Amino acid sequence: MKPWPKVLFYVLVVRPIVLIIMGLNVRHRERLPEGAAILVVNHNSHLDTLAVASIVPMRNLARLRPVGARDYFCRNPFCEMLSRNMLGVIPLDRRPKRGEDLFGECVTALNNGELLVIFPEGTRGEPEERVPFKAGIGRLVERCPDTPMVPVFLRGCGKSLPRGEALFVPFVCEAVVGEALAFAGDRKAVARQLEVAMDALEETLPTIADWDSI
Amino acid sequence: MTDGVKWVVGGILAILVIASITIRLLPHKADSESYIELKRRVQSWWVMVFIFVGALVIDRRLSVVVFAFISFLALKEYVSAIPTRRVDRRALFWAYLSIPVQYYWAGTGYYGMFIIFIPVYLFLLIPLRLVLAGETKGFLRAAGTLHWGLMVTVFSLSHGAFLLSLKDGPALLLYLVVLTQSNDVAQFISGKSFGKRKIVPRVSPNKTWGGFIGGVIITSCLAMALAPLLTPLTLGQSAIAGVIIAVGGFFGDLTVSAVKRDLGIKDMGATIPGHGGVMDRVDSLTYTAPLFFHLIYYLHF
Repeated sequence: MKPWPKVLFYVLVVRPIVLIIMGLNVRHRERLPEGAAILVVNHNSHLDTLAVASIVPMRNLARLRPVGARDYFCRNPFCEMLSRNMLGVIPLDRRPKRGEDLFGECVTALNNGELLVIFPEGTRGEPEERVPFKAGIGRLVERCPDTPMVPVFLRGCGKSLPRGEALFVPFVCEAVVGEALAFAGDRKAVARQLEVAMDALEETLPTIADWDSI
Repeated sequence: MTDGVKWVVGGILAILVIASITIRLLPHKADSESYIELKRRVQSWWVMVFIFVGALVIDRRLSVVVFAFISFLALKEYVSAIPTRRVDRRALFWAYLSIPVQYYWAGTGYYGMFIIFIPVYLFLLIPLRLVLAGETKGFLRAAGTLHWGLMVTVFSLSHGAFLLSLKDGPALLLYLVVLTQSNDVAQFISGKSFGKRKIVPRVSPNKTWGGFIGGVIITSCLAMALAPLLTPLTLGQSAIAGVIIAVGGFFGDLTVSAVKRDLGIKDMGATIPGHGGVMDRVDSLTYTAPLFFHLIYYLHF
């Protein structure tokens, strides 16, 4: 796969939209890793992938590989072509068949030094609500135990473009990058480890008001 | 660009250079929190002056676009800070769309539409869109907060852009913005120096009679000094302009402070390092822009 259509798309289309219209605020960008890594991100919106792609340095864009649901991004050959070439998506089966190597393509990508973007919630769900992480992330990390996991917490994307809406409405969007985490040796503990890190990142952001609390 | 504008721009740059040098020479611990904050604040001033003056010097229309973009950022900060419902999305979208339209009236100098578009048409359109969305719970809150936000962030600020459509518009806008921002600084400094009695401690503990009166005196003097360079105002009129900007700026600042207090937040955003959000920087301008505009429009146009 040639990376340049993807890089051009991200630089010329995605970045200007994310930085000017969305106006993403990034905290601790310096914590983003240089080599192969798994960026673990909470998921509320299609904007999430574009937001993450806009905070990694441009030199790393060619290596950026968001992991997305096969049933969504590959629902027809045209979609698959666009997803793979323009976004660099690695499709993942949400309902794998028995005996299928679910993370094969992800592991290959990590071994090639690529930067994986994973949404362990497995779905966008309700706007600005986080659901428990799927355990599958542990299986992937177990196969690449030396790859650092970097949690990235996003807020606001779910309000700007929630699931089921086609109209983009600008809201302030925030991204906080966390410290890299290492695999502790137990794959069952990974999801929990990441959730704790996410909670901590969320707490560094200022609270948002709602009518009942003020 | 008139000679007056050149002199004032030169003066602003000189003040920034002096501020930057003073900070370097100041005895300090290089990594202390307050020093870094001060340095950030001055750096941000450089960026803001560069954008504002740059646009003003290059092209009148570019300045209108910059103002529209400031309104966009301020409105975005506002609707992100207040609680909104998911059913408000369409109405919010219309609110955003009103920005290019309002600034089109401002940029082309179409006074009739400029002055009624948001107070009348958007005032009717926003509740209409909310009604069509069909959710009555929280309707009044949504309609009220949305229109208030539009008036503050778009309608008020666009008066600054409308100045550009008047004769010697860039000079008038420069006069308004320089006086508003220097009034913020003057009130802050005189408040620190001899501010004791608080005016409204529950809204803002930093606002004192000392700071307020010092601000009015300094801003009036500056208004009289700059008026011959930038405006057609007489000496008496410029003194009035100075008082209006000082008092207006004071209440603009307080109003946004009250909103922040109400929402339980410290800043409206984090767009401008050392200053907070865009809304925190233009809070005074939301009062001074319409007040100064109508003064000069009544007296000279």
